[in-house]
Amino acid sequence: MLRYIIKRLIWLAFVLLGLCAITFTLSRIIPSDPAASYLGPRPRPEQVEKVRVQLGLDKPLYVQFAYYMRNLVHGDLGESLRTHRPVLQGIWEHLPASLDLMITAIFIALSVGIPLGVLSAKKENTTLDHLTRLFSVANVSVPSFWLAMIFQIVFFRWLGIFPIGGRIDTVVNLVSPIKQITGFYALDALITGNWAALKSTLSHLILPSITLAAYSTGLIARMTRSTMLEVLREDYITTARAYGISEREILFVQALRNALGPTLTTAGLCFAFMLTGTFFVELIFFWPGLGTYTVNAIFLNDYPVIMGITIIMAVFYVVVNLAVDILLAVANPRIRLG
Amino acid sequence: MAAVTVLSIRDLKTYFYTQEGVSRAVDGVSYHVIRGETLGVVGESGCGKSVTALSILRLIPSPPGKIVSGEIIFEGHNLMDLPLDKMREIRGNKISMIFQEPLTSLNPVFTIGSQLSKVFILHQNLTKKEAKKKAIEMLSACEMPSPERIMKEYPYQLSGGMRQRAMIAMALGCNSKVLIADEPTTALDVTIQAQILDLTLQLRKEFGMTMILITHNLGIVAKAADRVVVMYAGEKVEEADVFSLFEKPRHPYTIALMKSIPILGRSEKFLKEVKGVVPAPYLEISGCKFADRCPEAMRRCHREKPQLREVEKGHLVACFR
Repeated sequence: MLRYIIKRLIWLAFVLLGLCAITFTLSRIIPSDPAASYLGPRPRPEQVEKVRVQLGLDKPLYVQFAYYMRNLVHGDLGESLRTHRPVLQGIWEHLPASLDLMITAIFIALSVGIPLGVLSAKKENTTLDHLTRLFSVANVSVPSFWLAMIFQIVFFRWLGIFPIGGRIDTVVNLVSPIKQITGFYALDALITGNWAALKSTLSHLILPSITLAAYSTGLIARMTRSTMLEVLREDYITTARAYGISEREILFVQALRNALGPTLTTAGLCFAFMLTGTFFVELIFFWPGLGTYTVNAIFLNDYPVIMGITIIMAVFYVVVNLAVDILLAVANPRIRLG
Repeated sequence: MAAVTVLSIRDLKTYFYTQEGVSRAVDGVSYHVIRGETLGVVGESGCGKSVTALSILRLIPSPPGKIVSGEIIFEGHNLMDLPLDKMREIRGNKISMIFQEPLTSLNPVFTIGSQLSKVFILHQNLTKKEAKKKAIEMLSACEMPSPERIMKEYPYQLSGGMRQRAMIAMALGCNSKVLIADEPTTALDVTIQAQILDLTLQLRKEFGMTMILITHNLGIVAKAADRVVVMYAGEKVEEADVFSLFEKPRHPYTIALMKSIPILGRSEKFLKEVKGVVPAPYLEISGCKFADRCPEAMRRCHREKPQLREVEKGHLVACFR
């Protein structure tokens, strides 16, 4: 198992190298002058020339790449052209807000999608099954920005029960500010016993996280349903019934454990994709996460930030996949021991 | 010993509702088992032996299957009328079952030990520790080498024969009254078949269980059964004790089956097969279902259904001859 993980990590290094080369080249091909961006509006030509030397942009491309890679190995992703702050710091500040959203969303997706899939399989071809399938397809096919806006109209404008956006109520944040420990607001509020802030955070979290979870919920429910249908026809399910095992245990332990593989793989992919899916959701709900940070960087042609985020996303993607593979091995002895 | 009926099936009808039509897998079968005996149920594939067995424990997948009518009388109750939670107390506890495919009958993601223990905990109110001890005991009763190690293994790590031993250990550990063995040796190698059959028979005696042995193999019936029920196309066509059946088979189908057994030492160029195939189970047949294949069929056989009649004491045949 350990060897397998190490192998995967070495593989990750190669993936990253390739990825860096591609993004680096792309960022230098696009017709924009980083040195000019660095200086802000209306720079003088001699200033631009000075910055060009300062940033190493006068050197050949491969030398620039070598410098970039050297810095990267030291954990330095460069500096934002606009804010002149380290990229890593920027990512680090915005990541918890996104993870907050994503973790809540994947939790919702799993805890709604799996039971729905299991029940749907158990009640195959009944009304419940049809409704569940309709629900799944709707979830998968509805675009998140549309869903987000519908949520805002219904729950903010008409019903007024949830805020339209943001991470926490401004007033609440002034009266009882959250002490930043982990960067996850809900967790920080819980640790410090800041109930007003906790309540405000959670109510802000609900709409965006449900929006983000919709696609994954549908996909997970569908995947769980189809594998469960297969598993429920297996002989060992008949054996379990023949030995008086309760139907609930058969469904949620004996069968689900066998059906979990594809579901986990799907969930892992969904979670990884959420990092990009969250861009729309964050923009619409004014969520100060990585998505907002990235979109701003794209508008401003802030290429060190874009590259930094691309690399972080790649790492995230590979790490999530690795985590899923490890989970699969835990759930299935044939992978673990075979 | 007085003959006490442990379990009796009365006029059982189990149908499957498929796209082709209603498939009458079991069409009015009755039989009973006497305490301590081994009842052999024989017939070709698809004659409804296994469906009957699954119907006893109400394990027919529904939909498409449905037990349309009939009674299963066990310990004075009709199992058909029991609520599902009472039924679960009988499954594995009073009536246990061994299946044909040891390869797929055990859950692949749980260890043998945990699967055995779970059943013992469920039905015998044992603690985890006691259940584990019992599981080891049962495995060694089934002549499993190093049962402690087997406990920690997963089904795919064991051979077919070993898995079937584990299934038998599970069935016997429940101390149930009736053991239904549905083709317990069919999926195994010939050498292992004999071992498993001997083991089953020996343990059945030791544990004082009554057994329903479902098989298509007349050799196994001859060796193991006390009484035999011969089924054809969802119906019982003959019933007799094993000696009279082999000495004087009455139904043409039984006779044909026996002719199709190869006998060691007798040189035959061709084995006699039973000509034709079992009629599709969704066809409505007004006469005898075997008539089309029967060498002795008369005109009457195609029109009229022969009822079971007692030709000798305990020997029932559904044939006009």
